[in-house]
Amino acid sequence: MNYLAQRLLTFPLILLGVSVLVFVSIRMIPGSQITAMLGTEAGMLTAAQREALAAYFGIDQPVWTQYFRWLAGLFQGDLGVSTIYARPVLNVILERFPLTLQLALMSMTIALCIGLPLGVFAATRNERPSDLIVRILAMLGQSTPNFVIGILLIYFLSVFFGIVPAMGTFTPLTVDPLASFGQLFWPAVTLGFAFAASVTRISRSAMLDVLSDDYIRTARSKGASSMSVIWRHALPNALIPVVTLSGVEFGYLLGGAVIVEQIFALPGLGRLVLDAITQRDYALVQGTVLFIAFNFLIVNLLVDLAYAALDPRIRIGGRK
Amino acid sequence: MTKTMTRTFLSGLAVATALSTAAFAAPVEAATLRMAWSQDATGLDPHTQTAFSSLRLLELIYEPLVRLDAELNVVPAIASSWEFSEDAQTLTFTLDPAATFSNGEQVTAADVKASFERILNEATAAAARSNFLSIESIDTPDEATVVFNLSTPDVPILVAMAGINAAIAPASEIEAGSVGTTALGSGPFVLDTWEPNSREVLTANPDWAGGELGIDGINISVLPDETAILASLRAGQTDFALINDPLVATMVPNEAGLELNRAPGLAYNVLQLNPNREPMDNVLVRQAMSCAIDRQSIIDTALAGEGAVTGPLTMPAFAQDPSSLFCYEQDLDRARELMAESGVDGFTATVIAATGEPPYAALEAQVLQAQLAEIGITLNIEMMELNVYVDTWLQGDFDMAVAQNGGRPDPYPMYNRYFTNDGNLLNVSNYVDDTLDSLMREGQAETDPERRVEIFQEFENHLVEQSPWLWLSTSFSYTAQRENVSGFVPSPTGTLFGLTEVTVE
Repeated sequence: MNYLAQRLLTFPLILLGVSVLVFVSIRMIPGSQITAMLGTEAGMLTAAQREALAAYFGIDQPVWTQYFRWLAGLFQGDLGVSTIYARPVLNVILERFPLTLQLALMSMTIALCIGLPLGVFAATRNERPSDLIVRILAMLGQSTPNFVIGILLIYFLSVFFGIVPAMGTFTPLTVDPLASFGQLFWPAVTLGFAFAASVTRISRSAMLDVLSDDYIRTARSKGASSMSVIWRHALPNALIPVVTLSGVEFGYLLGGAVIVEQIFALPGLGRLVLDAITQRDYALVQGTVLFIAFNFLIVNLLVDLAYAALDPRIRIGGRK
Repeated sequence: MTKTMTRTFLSGLAVATALSTAAFAAPVEAATLRMAWSQDATGLDPHTQTAFSSLRLLELIYEPLVRLDAELNVVPAIASSWEFSEDAQTLTFTLDPAATFSNGEQVTAADVKASFERILNEATAAAARSNFLSIESIDTPDEATVVFNLSTPDVPILVAMAGINAAIAPASEIEAGSVGTTALGSGPFVLDTWEPNSREVLTANPDWAGGELGIDGINISVLPDETAILASLRAGQTDFALINDPLVATMVPNEAGLELNRAPGLAYNVLQLNPNREPMDNVLVRQAMSCAIDRQSIIDTALAGEGAVTGPLTMPAFAQDPSSLFCYEQDLDRARELMAESGVDGFTATVIAATGEPPYAALEAQVLQAQLAEIGITLNIEMMELNVYVDTWLQGDFDMAVAQNGGRPDPYPMYNRYFTNDGNLLNVSNYVDDTLDSLMREGQAETDPERRVEIFQEFENHLVEQSPWLWLSTSFSYTAQRENVSGFVPSPTGTLFGLTEVTVE
């Protein structure tokens, strides 16, 4: 409990650091909302026009004034107003988040359902041909970029089956669960592919480690069936690196999968940030990055708590 | 165990496929056009937006006083007729009594006056303001008559008024400051929904003065990847799409059931030299570069053959045969001679280009690099994110720039910004030339159309000979459609106004 409180206390500090970083870095890249909006036509503006626009976008003040003004709003739960959407940043984010969360969960489910059994299977067949095949597949999965898989999927589906995943808009789970799952299925497969490959590799090597431990030999010699040895005795211990990997990957996925969202035209967090950056919507970039950082912290905390649940020897809080 | 697992996985996959397939079978609304584009509009204020997609969207919602047809002739829109005075200093419009905003109110002279005052107000930061600086005052003798009093003879102002950046918005909305948010226009369609970077829903405006439309509405989806747009067309999920990438466009005709519309655009691809920097300040060096490049081969290589060689004047009414322009046929011997004459023995320079804008910018830069290497010029290519590029470009901070600059239906508004002595973008062109300046002014005041063509062709010849920039090509603008769509007429301005004639089976 003490540990949890300590961890939670560090959150504001980390987020403050992130906020400064993102605030400064988005302003450091050349171009502004004015050039993003007008392109080369911005050169046709008179000085007075330029000032009027700068005041409209709130970029006429010194950076630190802008920052503290934004920070003050933050404490009141106000992330600012997006200039692209002309709506509060928080509303825009919360509208996009369900898709990103659902996509992340679906990809992780696919990855674990495929990767874990394959990894365990390969470990039990160590150095045999079936192990080799799994390892090659895993290598292939890890080294094929997302966009290749995504584009190939769309291509094959549309050319050979005459279907394309519904693109452009997202049907939320609450409106039509079937349509919602259907729409995210192929993007989730695309993301889950590489994710599954990493899970396979990690679970295979972790399993191999555990299988050579003394207690496994003991269990075997006591006559436990090989199924029970693998699934009851070995797996829980082999899971720790898998949980670490999944946690990190899941954290990334919650930040939006830019490329896959782009290819499948899904309005998720990844594209939100990308559009916000290219259109220099400062408030939206800041708000979204902060939101993503917060999610990452939560996921990390959950991963740490999961360790303790998996292995009673790991006692959270550091005291033995 | 493995076997069961495989089976479970496969059946899971099958179920999921079935599920997702079921989800694809969206109900088809007979007369709603399903459209897709890769870049969404960036805002709804017709006076300040310049992004290609914004203009295309706003042209369906708002109307200017006059409009350009597919041959770039000025035709009526809100105004049913217009007349210049003898001295080209007074321009009088008579408004169409049937023109109404989508809230049912008639478009009056007061709305026109308020709109132009908004454009001229510096605080608006209107994109087309510089085209209207000659407006001294606006009179509204009655509800249906608007008189523009000009400080100098200004013929090109009529064409500038045909742009959507000169759209007429209701005076009441202008007063309320809600022009950028309500999208209340008098155009053929009404904007129902806009989710930025995701979709737009437009419905037909039943009160539109231009007559009845062939479709009930347009649902626009933003699909950022153009190969995904192609897939969506192929699968029948999209009826009509805007295509930017020539490589994707060339794939469309290979697909059964899809058609490609091509319109040569007014925008031009150009290699901008910076005559303020050595050795590009030497006209011989610039001419040598112009002779050294093979414009057609740039089109064949970088644009997949999709484009046409052009001089500065891209509009059909003014354009000259490119082969008549100075050194438009590649001539390496002459290029080497000119280089030798200039006394410059090869040099190294950096060329900037924007990533993905246009999609073939990097390829174009590479072909230029190879061609200029032939006469001892080493080009370093610096690719930049669009915003960074725009910033650098506006500051004129480059040796050379690969650019795609927008065209206008009239040469004056197209080039006065770069090549008159007080042009707003003189620091981008970095080139002052009194001959160009005086020809520009002459063309601005001339009311005789034939004489105007002569003046601007003289302008073009001089510009190409001085070679501050090397004009390369115009590219096509593309739309793709399924066979069930008919009636679309593309325009060199890229407008989608032709959708008013479209029917969907």
